[in-house]
Amino acid sequence: MNFDLRYPVGFMFTLFGLILTATGLFGGAELTKPSLGINMNLWWGLVMTLFGLVMLVLAFRGGASKK
Amino acid sequence: MQASIHLTFVDYSILCIYFLFVLGIGFALKRYMKGSGDFFLSGRSIPAWVTGLAFLSANLGAQEVIGMAASGAKYGIMTSHFYWVGAIPAMVFLAIFMMPFYYGSKARSVPEYLKMRFDEKTRAFNAVSFAVMTVFSSGISLYALARLLETLVHWNFWTCIFVSAFIVLVYIFLGGLTSAIYNEVLQFFMIVLGFSPLVFLGLKDVGGWAALKQKLIPVATEHVPAFAPDTWSRSWVHMGGAMENPMGIGWFGMVMGLGFVLSFGYWCTDFLVVQRAMAADSMSAARRTPLIAAVPKMLFPALVILPGMIAIAMHHASGGQFLPLAADGSPDYNMTIPVMLGRYFPTGLLGIGFTALMASFMSGMAGNVTAFNTVWTYDIYQSYLVKNASDQHYLWMGRIATVAGILISIVAALAARQFNNIMDMLQLVFGFVNAPLFATFLLGMFWKRATGHGAFAGLVLGTCSAAVFQGLSLARGETVSFIKGGWIAPKFLFQSSMGQNFWIAIVAWTTCFVLTIAISLMTRRLKTDEELKGLVYSLTPKQPRTNEPWYMQPVTLGVLVLAATVVLNIIFG
Repeated sequence: MNFDLRYPVGFMFTLFGLILTATGLFGGAELTKPSLGINMNLWWGLVMTLFGLVMLVLAFRGGASKK
Repeated sequence: MQASIHLTFVDYSILCIYFLFVLGIGFALKRYMKGSGDFFLSGRSIPAWVTGLAFLSANLGAQEVIGMAASGAKYGIMTSHFYWVGAIPAMVFLAIFMMPFYYGSKARSVPEYLKMRFDEKTRAFNAVSFAVMTVFSSGISLYALARLLETLVHWNFWTCIFVSAFIVLVYIFLGGLTSAIYNEVLQFFMIVLGFSPLVFLGLKDVGGWAALKQKLIPVATEHVPAFAPDTWSRSWVHMGGAMENPMGIGWFGMVMGLGFVLSFGYWCTDFLVVQRAMAADSMSAARRTPLIAAVPKMLFPALVILPGMIAIAMHHASGGQFLPLAADGSPDYNMTIPVMLGRYFPTGLLGIGFTALMASFMSGMAGNVTAFNTVWTYDIYQSYLVKNASDQHYLWMGRIATVAGILISIVAALAARQFNNIMDMLQLVFGFVNAPLFATFLLGMFWKRATGHGAFAGLVLGTCSAAVFQGLSLARGETVSFIKGGWIAPKFLFQSSMGQNFWIAIVAWTTCFVLTIAISLMTRRLKTDEELKGLVYSLTPKQPRTNEPWYMQPVTLGVLVLAATVVLNIIFG
């Protein structure tokens, strides 16, 4: 059997989400200029982190319930 | 104005992390590649949600992301026909009616199914034409990627070619089909997460859907020739005749040519996508794979076509300032997505969008290479060259074929750079070969009287009829040439090349269908009913209803998907 794909998907997007969130928090105000004044890095970074964490939770529960 | 993207350290980090994960997955899968079945078919052990997303992703090359946005700008919401007419019905048909034969027959590839159903010569024709087509498609993806990077971020063309090719080579060499599939799923999420913010920001900037429709009115009315005001925002009302819309096709040509022949010809017979369904862990999973893929496929127009429509609306509203212009003053439609990424995405998010774009090119390449190495090893090498070697020998051959496939792709990419017409020539020939294919499979799977001689003759002559019809037809505004047609005599004139291609497909399919029937009736059947069991509808026991819940039943899912597609067509028609 191959390893559960949800692990790398979860890890990668959690990592990306954290990078984006950090960029959104510390990148400075000019970063919001192209995105119409919205701090897309921050908001979308949080969404991505959430997605990554959900994937990891699903992977962990999937592994735990295997006989 | 030139389109250019400025990447910073954060963006490059994201790109590098992505490649590390891609290669890491390849390395991690190496130890599971114990035999040729693992390398070429993932041991038929992949869960349906993975094969479903991979199925979609393998089809979604960057040419689609870039191309559909370009078409969205050029033609408006009519582009959705490529999804709601030109994909979903075929995917549902494949899932419900054809997967039982592909999966149940235990064929290891599409050409192998043809050998089991018909004979060796039919298999050989399909295997050779498919192998050539798929490896050259990989080269075209590689070329397009390098070209785009050269234009956008000014990287060296050769570096792009060799680095991209090397990365794909490594992860497929190590992990085979499973590696390609896993990375396709990664790519799928990258595309969705990378481009959704673009749609959000674009819609916000243009003022919302209603404002977008308003801004698209002058795009239609000021077009030369002018079209009705809502042409860019309605998909069906101006399909009455070829002169009513910028695509230059009427509803019949579109539904029959795109919706039936080309769509079913691709989705139901192209081993690139079928291979992903064949890797599923059960018959039910295999049948659900195209249906699982159909759900995001239905929604993709929002992701890829909408940015194009927004871009052309903004371009028009700004007096030609939004998109870069081509040499003749018209907008450079292929630059739609890059321009919007550069315009709306701050550094960070830009890294994600840029990586998503690169990922989709490379994933398209990877899909082609896995299809190539399987067809080469099983359908050409094992069938005709070295027939009785050990399984480890074929596994080794698969790895060699991977290297060879990548090398041929590089050569094809370099040739495409030298001779720009090569790309068009190849697409044309691929169209000729694909069009009759579905007729062969349809008759093979549903008519037990179809013989090998009939199938082979139908395929060959169907392909030839496509070439002949192309030689006899021409699109308005084009000059006679081998690529554009009319080289026998331009007797059939079409409003657009797209319309011409749809009709070439209809002619080829019909020729193949009629001739396969006629020649089958004139030749003897070489296979008994017993040999055809599991390969033909009338000789296969009906699929028993499994004990799975309703949302896992293929027929139920198929009906739901089709119903949703009809609703979408009505809403946006």
